[in-house]
Amino acid sequence: MNDQEKPDKTRRNLVVATSVAGGIASLGAAVPFVASMLPSERAKAAGAPVEVDLSKIAPGHLEIVEWRGKPVWVIRRTKEMLESLKVAEARLSDPGSKSSQQPEYAENEYRSKNPELMVMEGVCTHLGCSPQIRTAEAKAEMGADWAGGFYCPCHGSKFDYAGRVYRGAPAPTNLIVPPYTFVSETKLVIGEDEKTKGA
Amino acid sequence: MVARLWQWFDARMPSVAEQWRIHAAGYYAPKNFNFWYFFGSLAMLVLVIQIVSGIFLTMNYKPDASLAFGSVEYIMRDVPGGWLLRYVHSTGASAFFILVYLHMFRAMLYGSHREPRELVWIFGVLIYLTLMGEAFFGYLLPWGQMSYWGAQVIVNLFGTIPFIGPDLALWIRGDYVVSDATLNRFFALHVIALPLVLLGLVVAHLMALHDVGSNNPDGIEIKKNKGPDGHPVDGIPFHPYYTVKDLMGAVVFLAIFCVVMFFMPEMGGYFLEHNNFIPADPLKTPEHIAPVWYFTPYYSILRAVPPFFNSQFPGVLAMGIATLILFFLPWLDRSPVKSIRYRGAYYKSALAIFVAVFLLLGYLGVKPTTVWGQFKDPWDILDTKDVATWVARVCTVLYFLFFFLMPWYTRRDKVLPVPERVTH
Amino acid sequence: MGTLRMLSAVLVLVPGILLGAETGYRLDRSPHDPTDVVSLQSGARTFVNYCIGCHGLQYMRYNRLRDLGLSDAQIRDNLMFTAEKVGETMKTPMTVKEGKLWFGVPPPDLSVVARSRGADWLYSYLRTFYRDPKAATGWNNQVFPNVAMPHALWTLQGERRLEDGKVVQASQGMLSQTEYDATARDLVNFLVYVGEPSALDRKAWGIWTLFVLGILFIFAWLLKREYWKDVK
Repeated sequence: MNDQEKPDKTRRNLVVATSVAGGIASLGAAVPFVASMLPSERAKAAGAPVEVDLSKIAPGHLEIVEWRGKPVWVIRRTKEMLESLKVAEARLSDPGSKSSQQPEYAENEYRSKNPELMVMEGVCTHLGCSPQIRTAEAKAEMGADWAGGFYCPCHGSKFDYAGRVYRGAPAPTNLIVPPYTFVSETKLVIGEDEKTKGA
Repeated sequence: MVARLWQWFDARMPSVAEQWRIHAAGYYAPKNFNFWYFFGSLAMLVLVIQIVSGIFLTMNYKPDASLAFGSVEYIMRDVPGGWLLRYVHSTGASAFFILVYLHMFRAMLYGSHREPRELVWIFGVLIYLTLMGEAFFGYLLPWGQMSYWGAQVIVNLFGTIPFIGPDLALWIRGDYVVSDATLNRFFALHVIALPLVLLGLVVAHLMALHDVGSNNPDGIEIKKNKGPDGHPVDGIPFHPYYTVKDLMGAVVFLAIFCVVMFFMPEMGGYFLEHNNFIPADPLKTPEHIAPVWYFTPYYSILRAVPPFFNSQFPGVLAMGIATLILFFLPWLDRSPVKSIRYRGAYYKSALAIFVAVFLLLGYLGVKPTTVWGQFKDPWDILDTKDVATWVARVCTVLYFLFFFLMPWYTRRDKVLPVPERVTH
Repeated sequence: MGTLRMLSAVLVLVPGILLGAETGYRLDRSPHDPTDVVSLQSGARTFVNYCIGCHGLQYMRYNRLRDLGLSDAQIRDNLMFTAEKVGETMKTPMTVKEGKLWFGVPPPDLSVVARSRGADWLYSYLRTFYRDPKAATGWNNQVFPNVAMPHALWTLQGERRLEDGKVVQASQGMLSQTEYDATARDLVNFLVYVGEPSALDRKAWGIWTLFVLGILFIFAWLLKREYWKDVK
């Protein structure tokens, strides 16, 4: 290695070393700027878990509460409603909820912790409209084999009493089940369970 | 692979490489730049810092009189890292002025405002004035007591202009007093209008400089002495020599900046004023209204001039002239040499007195006029007995004499012979 | 001749006058320690028990008090009197209208009072109330003459009154003077914290940043020195 090459090598090494140090420093400086765009304490407080008084929900009644700006349904299902879940299964897109979103404890035949109480987001998984309840009596409108559930007026998607979507509907997946916990016999907290506590 | 991509790009947009050659790799700057030559690039760095931090602040700030103060506290507490964004921007504002004042002082030391660089100086003074406007509009945004009353006082100054004054003040405010309307428009001016003007002026400032070439601490023109390769013998390409040196300077500056920002962001109440943590109250005037420290030399001049015929306009006029006279510096300076190194005692004393006077006026501007007490009774015939006001008046006279007498003392001054080659 | 007299007067007067310009009560230095978590908790307790009835901390969330080493449950059970959820802000139940009606001026929100008035002022203010039969509330204050606020902590400090220009203890409070001063110190500590909750964080990050910049400086300096070997 002659004299000309040595300083060039030193220069190159120093340029690389300074660039690396500078790059790390710049990345560090970028962190607070990028982090500032994460949800603020105000957004997190507004999105805090919501409490629901279950004693006010009669059998067959649909209670709607707001959580993180979305309508969440709490429905106390009657025996007939629960039985209708099996009747509808053949016509569902995803009866086992394989490609749908729900916590572990909702991966059963009732899609809920407690079979009597169904908790799900009342937001159609197609384009976000809020479906309406259509009981089994609404056969005139919904068809002779309608077992009861929900109907989205925007583009016609149909869901059963566990929020599972019917085939032929534009909605691709079942209604989302949020995290929730039963704090007591009469109190339900939506937005929080053992896994997501404090999130 | 990268080389192939660059070739593709360069074939289609050769101006990029050409601009790099003109302004960096092929821009020959004097090799004897010293400490005073850091401040230009540092000022540009702070401009970028202010714009970036400003953008992120704007994501959370609310320019509404009932929400503004709260939104700043929201940024300080609820936005992750928001406190850092706020302190970057507040420290950056004061840093900007410190750097710009030092940068302007360099020009006065080495004659960088002289022929053929008069336009560089003029664009520079325009940048300075625009920066003052930018800071003034920005300071209203936190909507504290100082924000509100400082804006009220300054806008009322425009109201003292004969004939058009009151209508002008009404038009600036958009209301009968500083209000939500004023806040909203100052927000627009601070966030978009003036930053664009600043960027344009900085580009013009650098283009004007690069077209004639940089000055240096000896004040001699390096282009007069070119080597066989066509480049000035005392010149070195800006890149890599000054890019590397300015990088080092930037790191030192950032360290000082971070010491202030992380450990003393309020700077004793000078960078973040105590009274500004009180929400603006149109019904309650604070005991002591002073502008932020970087405006105080001119504020001192304004206060020092007594009212004539019940109008404060003479003071406003004096303050205005004190700023605008800077434009004329290239033509007031009649010395045959540029750099203070080869000038005589007249200019050196004049400049020293000017700096002392500027600093003293600045200090007096942050204090109430009673800060140095009163003269005793025999002086009753005067309009005011405040010692500080009289000191400010003397300083104001000296400030103006520095400029008005300059054609005379720079011509009469002894000069030393100027070297052929640069020294260090 | 007049100018010379004036100039010499200035030169003589300035040094003397420079020394004492501020008027008013001479403030005591606040002895609070921002790292003392127990003191901060005590200050928080004093605030919610004696102050929040009139003065809000509208920019401070209850759950931020986790900074003081408290859990959500502890905050909820011991400190939360004016909100339902721990993510809410520490507002006062008193409305602006009520405050104006009862005191002539609504009690100001104290979220950033430590940044506008300063810790020394607050520490002195809290300890210099005295009985004044001429005042609307029956109370006056040496740091803030004719203040509209009554002595909210009088049960702790006891009553004091002015006698020949000096303040004397008129009746005993629940705390001794040292204990009361400590209570005031803790309350000021809490208000300083509420003024800028991220203060300790900021200083910690500052140390790291300077360290990184120090390393970056070494490389930048070596790089500059290497290239500038070319320049004579």
